[in-house]
Amino acid sequence: MKFGTQIFALGLFTFAALVAAGFGVDEPFRQHMWVLFFVLLGFVAILIRTANFEMAAPIDPSAYMDGPIRYGAIATMFWGVVGMLVGVVIALQLAYPDLNIQPWFNFGRLRPLHTSGVVFAFGGNALLCTSLYVVQRTCRARLFGGDLAWFVFWGYQLFIVMAATGYLLGITESREYAEPEWYVDIWLTIVWVAYLILFLGTIFKRKEPHIYVANWFYLSFIVTIAMLHVVNNLSMPASFMGSKSYSAFSGVQDALTQWWYGHNAVGFFLTAGFLGMMYYFVPKQANRPVYSYRLSIIHFWAIIFLYIWAGPHHLHYTALPDWAQTLGMVFSIMLWMPSWGGMINGLMTLSGAWDKLRTDPIIRMMVMAIAFYGMSTFEGPMMSIKAVNSLSHYTDWTIGHVHSGALGWVGMISFGAIYYMVPKLWNRQRLYSLRLVTWHFWLATLGIVVYAAVMWVSGVMQGLMWREYDEQGFLVYSFAETVAAMHPYYVMRAIGGAMYLSGALIMAWNITMTILGYQREEEPMPGSVPALQPAE
Amino acid sequence: MGLMDRHAIIEKNATLLLVGSLLVVTVGGIVEIAPLFYLDNTIEKVEGMRPYSPLELVGRNIYVREGCYLCHSQMIRPFRDEVERYGHYSLAAESMYDHPFQWGSKRTGPDLARVGDRYSNVWHVEHLADPRSVVPESIMPSYAFLKDAPIEVKDFSTHLVANSRVGVPYNDDMIAHANVDLMAQADPNADTSGLEARYPKAKIGDFDGNPQQVTEMDALVAYLQMLGTLVDFKNYDEAAGYR
Repeated sequence: MKFGTQIFALGLFTFAALVAAGFGVDEPFRQHMWVLFFVLLGFVAILIRTANFEMAAPIDPSAYMDGPIRYGAIATMFWGVVGMLVGVVIALQLAYPDLNIQPWFNFGRLRPLHTSGVVFAFGGNALLCTSLYVVQRTCRARLFGGDLAWFVFWGYQLFIVMAATGYLLGITESREYAEPEWYVDIWLTIVWVAYLILFLGTIFKRKEPHIYVANWFYLSFIVTIAMLHVVNNLSMPASFMGSKSYSAFSGVQDALTQWWYGHNAVGFFLTAGFLGMMYYFVPKQANRPVYSYRLSIIHFWAIIFLYIWAGPHHLHYTALPDWAQTLGMVFSIMLWMPSWGGMINGLMTLSGAWDKLRTDPIIRMMVMAIAFYGMSTFEGPMMSIKAVNSLSHYTDWTIGHVHSGALGWVGMISFGAIYYMVPKLWNRQRLYSLRLVTWHFWLATLGIVVYAAVMWVSGVMQGLMWREYDEQGFLVYSFAETVAAMHPYYVMRAIGGAMYLSGALIMAWNITMTILGYQREEEPMPGSVPALQPAE
Repeated sequence: MGLMDRHAIIEKNATLLLVGSLLVVTVGGIVEIAPLFYLDNTIEKVEGMRPYSPLELVGRNIYVREGCYLCHSQMIRPFRDEVERYGHYSLAAESMYDHPFQWGSKRTGPDLARVGDRYSNVWHVEHLADPRSVVPESIMPSYAFLKDAPIEVKDFSTHLVANSRVGVPYNDDMIAHANVDLMAQADPNADTSGLEARYPKAKIGDFDGNPQQVTEMDALVAYLQMLGTLVDFKNYDEAAGYR
C-alpha cells in the first residue's frame, strides 16, 4: 500500500501533538500544540485520501521529478504575497499606531512574521524549488531519494506554519531571523539535513562530470545554513513540555553568535543561494554562456570565506571588544570586491544580448536584480565603516539598506526565475501575459526606489537629530520629537511597499492564469517581432 | 598544471566541494567568536551584578515575548549624545546573565538600558496601557492586556534551573524559593527579607496598582524598573575596563 508507513508515522506524531496540547506547562505551548495537531491531522487526512492499494506505477528513472518544484513555485508566490502584505501592515502600524490589535497583532509580534515570511517562506521556497530544478537539469539526473523531496517540501511548509503561528502566540527566542523556539528549531534541523541529503545525493548521481557553478553556490548555502542554524539556536528549554528556552550563551558572546548567524543569513541564505539562481537562470533567459569561468571560481571562494567574518559590524561601538569590531569592519569592506565580482559576472553574461532588455521584461527584471545587488553590496560595506555606522546604526537607514537588497536583489531575481520556470514546469507555450510582467517590473522598481529613498532620508535625519546640539551645548531634540518627525516618511514608505506588493499580486494573477493554461491576446512587446522589410 | 586547472578536481568531486566549502566558512566564526569565551578582558570587572529575581525574569520573558527588542535597544554607545540622553555607556558585564541578550538593533523608541528608576510605576503602567496618554508623539502599541493577565506558571523553579545550566549562578536557595519569591516581590504584605538577601537592590511592592493579583504588568514593570540599576559606577574603574 502506498503511504502506509507514512500515514502510521504521521498518525503517531499527531497523537504526540495532542498529548503535548493536553500536558503543556504554559498556555502558548498548549495553543501551539493544538495548531500542530490540526495541521498534522489535515496531512493525515490528505494522505489517507491519496493512498491506494494498487501497485505503484514504475517511475521512469530518466525523467526529472518536477512535482515538488511545481508545488514550490506556487508556495513561493503564496508566501511572497502573505509576507509582503504583513510588511505593508506593519509599515502602516508605524505610521498609524492605532492599527495595532493587542495582543496577537501588535507590531512586536507581526514584525518577525514579516521578516520570516519574506526571508524563509518566500525566499526559502524560491531557493528550495529553484535548487531542485537546477540540480536535476545541470546534473542530468532525477532527484535522489524517491519521496524525500516531498518530505523536504512539506516538512519545510510545516516549519513555516509553526514559526508563523508561534510568533503570533508570543513564542520567540528573540534572535532576529531565528526567532522560532527550540522544538521548531529541531524540526527545521531535521528537514534541512534531509534537504542536504537530497541535494548532495542528486549531485552524486550526476551524468555530467563537472558540477555546474550554480550548484556550488546552492551547496555552500545549504551546508552553511545548517552550521549557522545549529550553533545559533543552542538553548536550554525550561521544560520539555513548554515553549520557553534560554540561550546557551549570554550577553556579549550571545550577541556575536546571533549576528554571526544574522549577517550570514543574509550572506548565505539571501546571497549565495540566490547567486546560484542567477548563475542558472540569467544565462538561460539571455541564451548566453556565463561571462567568466575564472571569475566565478574566484568570487565563489572569496565570497564564502569573507562573508562569515562580517557579523561584528552589527555591533559597532557596543560592548563587543574593539578588536572584534575592527575585524568585522575590515572584512566587510573586503567583501565589496567578491560581491561586485558576482555582479560583473552576472551583468556581463548579457554581452551580445543587451538588446533583449528592450524586448524581454524577464531579462529586464533579472538585470535590475543584479543592479540592486551591486548597489546594496556597495552600501553595505560603506555602512560597516565605524564612522558611518555611528550615524546609521539603530536608524531606518539600515531598514532601507536591507530592503534595497531584499526587494531589489532577492525579490527580483526570484520573480525572474519563477517567470522562467512556470511555463516549462506546466508545459505551457509561454506566460499568460508579458505585458503584465512589464507592469510588475515597473511597479516593483518604483516601489523599491520610493522605499529606499524615503528610508535614506528618514534614517539620516533620525541619526542627525539624535546627535544635534545647540550652541549652548544642549541636545536640541527630545526622543519623542524625533519620533514625530518620522511620520511622513513612514507613510511614504508604506506607499512604496504597497506598490511592490501590488506588483507581486499582478504576478500571482499572471502565474495562476499561466498554470491554468490561458494565454492573453495581446500586442507583442515592441521590437520582439522583426519589422517588415520593404519590398525589393 | 595551473591553479585554475586544479580547481577542476574540486568541480568533479562533490565530497571535496562540500568539505572544502564547510572548512572555508568555519574559519571566520572560530577566529572571532571563540576568543570571547576565554579572553578575560571581554567582560569588565564590576560590582553589583546578580541574576534576575524570579519576577524580573518573568518580566524579561514578557519583554522578549512581545518583541520589545525590535524597537528598543539596551545598548548605550560611548557617544556624548547617547551618554547624556541615556546614561553611562553600557558594559559587557551588565548583560553577562542575559540569556538571550537584548541589545537590539533598532531605535524606533528610545534605549532602555538604564530606564530603571527613571519613571514611577504608575507612569509605566499608564504608558504601557495607553502610550499616547503620556507621550502624545508615541507610536507604541498598547499593552493594556498585561494588566488582566495573571502570571500563569506551574513551577517557575524549572526556569531558574535552565538558566543555571547555561551558567547563571542561581544557587539552591534561590531555586528552592523561586515560586515564593516570584509572588512575594509584587505583594506589599509579604515577608521579603529572604528575597532581598538573595536579590540585592530588587524593587519590591505592588507595581500595577492592583494588590489583589500578581499580573504580567507587575512583572514587566519590575523588570523595567531594575534595568541598568545594578552596577555601582562609583566604584567602576574605566581605565581597567577599557578594551
